[in-house]
Amino acid sequence: MAAGKTGGLKRYYDLNGWLFIAPSLLLIAVFLVFPIFRSLYLSFFSGKGMMMKFAGFGNVVRLWNDPVFLQALKNTVTFFVVQVPIMIVLALLLASVLNNDRLKFIGFFRTAIFLPCVASLVAYSVLFKSMFSVDGVVNQALFATGFIDTPIGWLTEPFWAKVLVILAITWRWTGYNMIFYLAAMQNIDKSIYEAARIDGVPAWARFFFITVPMLKPVILFTTIISTIGTIQLFDEVYNLTEGRGGPANATITLSLYIYNLTFRFMPSFGYAATISYVIVLMVALLSFLQFYAARDRS
Amino acid sequence: MNVSRFLTTTSQYAFLGVAAFLSLFPFLWMVISSTNTSIDIISGRMGLGDAFRTNVANFFTLVDVPLVFWNSAKVAVLATLLTILVSSLAGYGFEMFKSKARDRIYSLVLLTLMVPFAALMIPLFMMMAKTGLINTHVAIMLPTIASAFIIFYFRQSTKAFPTELRDAAKVDGLKEWQIFLYIYVPVMRSTYAAAFVIVFMVNWNNYLWPLIVLQSNDTKTITLVVSSLASAYYPDYGVVMIGTILATLPTLLVFFVMQRQFVQGMLGSVK
Repeated sequence: MAAGKTGGLKRYYDLNGWLFIAPSLLLIAVFLVFPIFRSLYLSFFSGKGMMMKFAGFGNVVRLWNDPVFLQALKNTVTFFVVQVPIMIVLALLLASVLNNDRLKFIGFFRTAIFLPCVASLVAYSVLFKSMFSVDGVVNQALFATGFIDTPIGWLTEPFWAKVLVILAITWRWTGYNMIFYLAAMQNIDKSIYEAARIDGVPAWARFFFITVPMLKPVILFTTIISTIGTIQLFDEVYNLTEGRGGPANATITLSLYIYNLTFRFMPSFGYAATISYVIVLMVALLSFLQFYAARDRS
Repeated sequence: MNVSRFLTTTSQYAFLGVAAFLSLFPFLWMVISSTNTSIDIISGRMGLGDAFRTNVANFFTLVDVPLVFWNSAKVAVLATLLTILVSSLAGYGFEMFKSKARDRIYSLVLLTLMVPFAALMIPLFMMMAKTGLINTHVAIMLPTIASAFIIFYFRQSTKAFPTELRDAAKVDGLKEWQIFLYIYVPVMRSTYAAAFVIVFMVNWNNYLWPLIVLQSNDTKTITLVVSSLASAYYPDYGVVMIGTILATLPTLLVFFVMQRQFVQGMLGSVK
């Protein structure tokens, strides 16, 4: 009798548990789990539009002979290898200065530096495009201050177009990362700094030998999420280059190439799905890195 | 005050000043440029002009502003409310009704965090095409509702929910859904506010998926309109600026009104 009663209670408890999570599970199954396996399936087919035939690993072979794919892969890697470290260092420096409550107007500075991550990706890309035109405000300012004597072709020269993309992402996301560091720094015991100061440890050394080691987990975390974000870069390059990833594919990213293959030309669903799995693999690798690093800590 | 101390303080202010200037400049540029003609904008004019009314008028002739704004607001608000409802139910469910099977499923849910959208968009597009949902707002919202981030955020926040409240409610004979609705939701309102701000921002700024799905002018959202105005062969930047202002204003407003919740949500949803 008693056992039957707890059994019933347990069933009731369990049923409720399933009911609360059911809507999410259903949506995740239909709009996430199904599509991710479907792209894997599609990656074994080739052909245009709905005329698809089984190709085995044909698409993978095609990858290595496709100059645009190789260019897109190279660009994507270049973007995160160059941009992420610059941004992380900048965000760390800003956070460590902003962590000093003795400075005046600290609230203003914090809000100002954080504000870019409120801007929509499309809006800021378009703003940057207008600011970096050949006769635009940025070239004018560089000219007036004597940094350049001929205008930089930010949107027309392959090298500078890449620089522009990196500048743009750095503008948008530095404040975002800074907030994480600031939150973590506020958890560091202030007396450690006081002790170091009394011992005559200079500011730069306090930064490198106290702040950075204490923040290692957060730094690792933000590095990985920033890298994953940059691997998927799309909105910025699309809107800076009218969807072309130009000049001469200098800024085309994997996501942009997938989009163009699928929605700009006659769709190559299978081949585009294969490229999307390159992104999946890159992201998976980084996520496992993060996972193992996090596990080592705990 | 000694000289070296003064120097570092000054250099700190200089560093922050430059950073704040660079951070704010594009916003300033947006406002200044909205008063200038396209020619003035791309030749870097920094002063206020007198083209603001022309730009606004041109924007309103080119774009059905109330409709576009309505589309954006409808999609963002509805998708956000649904996301918060569904995800908080799940976060509550995972935390309150612990079982081995559900914990295993929870790990799988967290695993979906690393699925890049690029790998979903082709099958999702085919799915929407097959069900005749292309060019509808339902198609925009459906894939965004279930969010592992927000489920995680709610589960973490639920750990702070006092279980005595739940036990007391049970004694009073409330059903599980009543406990959730009448006790959990009101008690956790600051968690909900933070989640709302973050999810609203993401939905309002959503770009790639709407770009794929919304193909006619009467369904487009503000981000799509700004993007298509700016990618014209000779974009009228004066008009584009009015668009960027309208696209940015709601998120700026939400940010300034709910700054605390914003930061809390941002840190919480990815902690």
